[in-house]
Amino acid sequence: MSRGRPYVRPLDLKRGCVDLSHGAGGRAMQQLIDELFVPAFAGGTAVARGDDGAVLPELAYGERAVIATDSHVVSPLFFPGGDIGSLSVHGTVNDLAMMGARPLYLSAGFVLEEGFGLGELARIVASMGRAARAAGVQIVTGDTKVVEQGKGDGVFITTTGFGALPAGRALSGAHARPGDRILLSGSIGDHGMAIMSLRESLAFETEIVSDSAALHDLVAALLAAVPSSSELADPARGLRLLRDPTRGGLASTLNEIALQSGVGIELDETAIPVRPQVAAACEFLGLDPLYVANEGKLVAVCAAADTDRALAALRAHPLGADAAIIGEITDDPQHFVQMRTGFGGRRNVDWLSGEQLPRIC
Amino acid sequence: MCLAIPARVVEVLAEDQGIVDLGGIRKQISLELIDGAAVGDYVIVHVGYALSRLDPAEAERTLALFAAAEAAMNEGAADGAGGTAA
Amino acid sequence: MKFVDEFRDGRLAQTIARAIAAEATPDRRYAFMEFCGGHTHAISRYGVADLLPPQVRMIHGPGCPVCVLPIGRIDQAIHLALQRGVILCTYGDTLRVPASDGLSLLKAKARGADIRMVYSAADALALAQAEPQREVVFFAIGFETTTPPTALVLQQARRLDLRNFSVLCCHVLTPSAIGNILESPEVRELGTVPIDGFVGPAHVSTVIGSRPYEHFAEEYRKPVVIAGFEPLDVMQAILMLVRQVNDGRCEVENEFSRAVCRDGNLKAQQRVSEVFELRKSFEWRGLGVVPYSALRIREAYAEWDAERRYVLDYRGVPDHKACECGAILRGVKKPTDCKLFATVCTPENPMGSCMVSSEGGCAAHYTYGRHRERAA
Repeated sequence: MSRGRPYVRPLDLKRGCVDLSHGAGGRAMQQLIDELFVPAFAGGTAVARGDDGAVLPELAYGERAVIATDSHVVSPLFFPGGDIGSLSVHGTVNDLAMMGARPLYLSAGFVLEEGFGLGELARIVASMGRAARAAGVQIVTGDTKVVEQGKGDGVFITTTGFGALPAGRALSGAHARPGDRILLSGSIGDHGMAIMSLRESLAFETEIVSDSAALHDLVAALLAAVPSSSELADPARGLRLLRDPTRGGLASTLNEIALQSGVGIELDETAIPVRPQVAAACEFLGLDPLYVANEGKLVAVCAAADTDRALAALRAHPLGADAAIIGEITDDPQHFVQMRTGFGGRRNVDWLSGEQLPRIC
Repeated sequence: MCLAIPARVVEVLAEDQGIVDLGGIRKQISLELIDGAAVGDYVIVHVGYALSRLDPAEAERTLALFAAAEAAMNEGAADGAGGTAA
Repeated sequence: MKFVDEFRDGRLAQTIARAIAAEATPDRRYAFMEFCGGHTHAISRYGVADLLPPQVRMIHGPGCPVCVLPIGRIDQAIHLALQRGVILCTYGDTLRVPASDGLSLLKAKARGADIRMVYSAADALALAQAEPQREVVFFAIGFETTTPPTALVLQQARRLDLRNFSVLCCHVLTPSAIGNILESPEVRELGTVPIDGFVGPAHVSTVIGSRPYEHFAEEYRKPVVIAGFEPLDVMQAILMLVRQVNDGRCEVENEFSRAVCRDGNLKAQQRVSEVFELRKSFEWRGLGVVPYSALRIREAYAEWDAERRYVLDYRGVPDHKACECGAILRGVKKPTDCKLFATVCTPENPMGSCMVSSEGGCAAHYTYGRHRERAA
């Protein structure tokens, strides 16, 4: 919504802080929206702003709307490879992409803590805008609330995404079948360890960078090479499912798939890419990279006949250059995820129990 | 118990502190429990403290022992090829 | 990672596996206890058991300081944090250990307790310096490996005359626990629980040396092989134990010679003895009350001893009646022999000590080894 005249004073991005008036619905809030959010989120085709909601254009014939939502809390807010702003775009874009949908629109809800610097907020919002433009999605509606000091952690961002699922396409965690192959788009643990390395009590020096990235383009390339089984109408061919192994890491994602599809999983430890620095940081803290979070990786399950085609498509894309075949789906009434270790033995790969905590023993 | 890992000393600082490197990760630790740690030494690090110095020659000897396990078996020489009684 | 990756080589593992298979007499049973949780973890994490012939069986010992920490000690820590308003600093390991009233340190934190996870005892001391208006207690757990750093911070606190810092000392001693297992009736009475030898502690031994185990080798006629925590170290130690058994030897051998010598780290031992003295008795989860098996803070450091400072009484809390942890820790039973295992007792909801830490025998089996039950 355009205003007749500018505000008396522009927002003080150098020294200004969020205060309770920024969430109270009055002029201060409107100024925050006009001067900070709207310019950052500008671009793309015009979707009318200023009303209580956004009216979205029609989808193409046969397409279905897909919706996904994700709340983002991260400490610290800025980390090597990203910040909470870019993360909140990538997280939801990826959720849509894992459904096979083309991401189109986002809504963004902000919970701001009183006293949070307007300059930092501007950086986060600008980063969000950049990430959205790079991913080709528009942020079309939003909301801001302010909580008293001590009741928030600077800023929390919830994004909801809308995407379009082409006719006939169906990907689901329930579609894996025994004999299918499991592919991983690159190294694991980068995001979690980049964050961990900055935690006060654990601080160590490293060049680990978060892998936070929007994966929809990689997914498009993969689906162009290997459409979903339902599109092919051939149960022996095609892509079954996509998942992004975020919280809980690869291990938890694979256990979800095993349970949802009612199958077992057999992994090959040596095939799973882990960067040396991530492996070393995990050794220091007693963590297992299989349980460490990722924000720019995907797991794909496809029919065995299409494995090579899928791998080639992933590897041809910059975000999938280190892609690997890491295992296969098995028949297992107990839905165990098991792994052949590099050492020559076997082990279960269980769900993460509780929180992944650094340990001394 | 007792998660500990060998890391290389890359810097010796004042007050018995030091920086160690493990696979490209650097961390400040205390060298107070060992004597005369020097840059290049490998130390066993536990909860931020170096507990002992790692002896590279002994490490090589142990690795050689692994490789020799089969040879010893083939010769039927099952005499205690391990480290001596400490 | 130098001195790490070489000791995880799968090709060499096959070599040692073949040697073990060839040298272990087929009609004899070999039962070895790995005392340390570090070894238990390595065996499970790398699948070492798959490389052993059927006649060689590993028994998981009590060497996980989190597992053996009794409920009553966690209760004390929670009491300090919730009722006495201190900042309680702890290693990440203890946060999820279940205590009385359905609490754990993590749950106490959710109820408003100020509980901070630290990586090092020095971090707790630094916190006390940074927040002089708050009282900071360091919840010190661990075996001989973890004790010297606690000794150093106590000495530093005294040097600095830092009055808002104290230590809740729960440090325990490895040789006492091994002795307790060897003295238990099941192990002493021939044939009930055969333990043919021990894989001896790795990092504990860097501090105390190999000498303390010589007594077990002589007195109880049990071979001991001190081994590193990498999977090849464990394999090699098993091979060395098989050879000792075959030869009828009962010696202390040192596979971890790259970091352990006979006398250990004398400087560390000196610091520990300046600050700590033996406790007459200490309750271990699973093993019960074991005489002279733990340390307490000396009189000279009484100011910094949380037990004295806050006049804490110790109250033992029994484990669940059906819990078999004690028998499992002594090698009498396997995790799957326990009725609670994987039914009501899981890593999310541990009833007994062995399920608490990923190094505990039950947790290791639950997390890494359940596929084995089908094969068996």
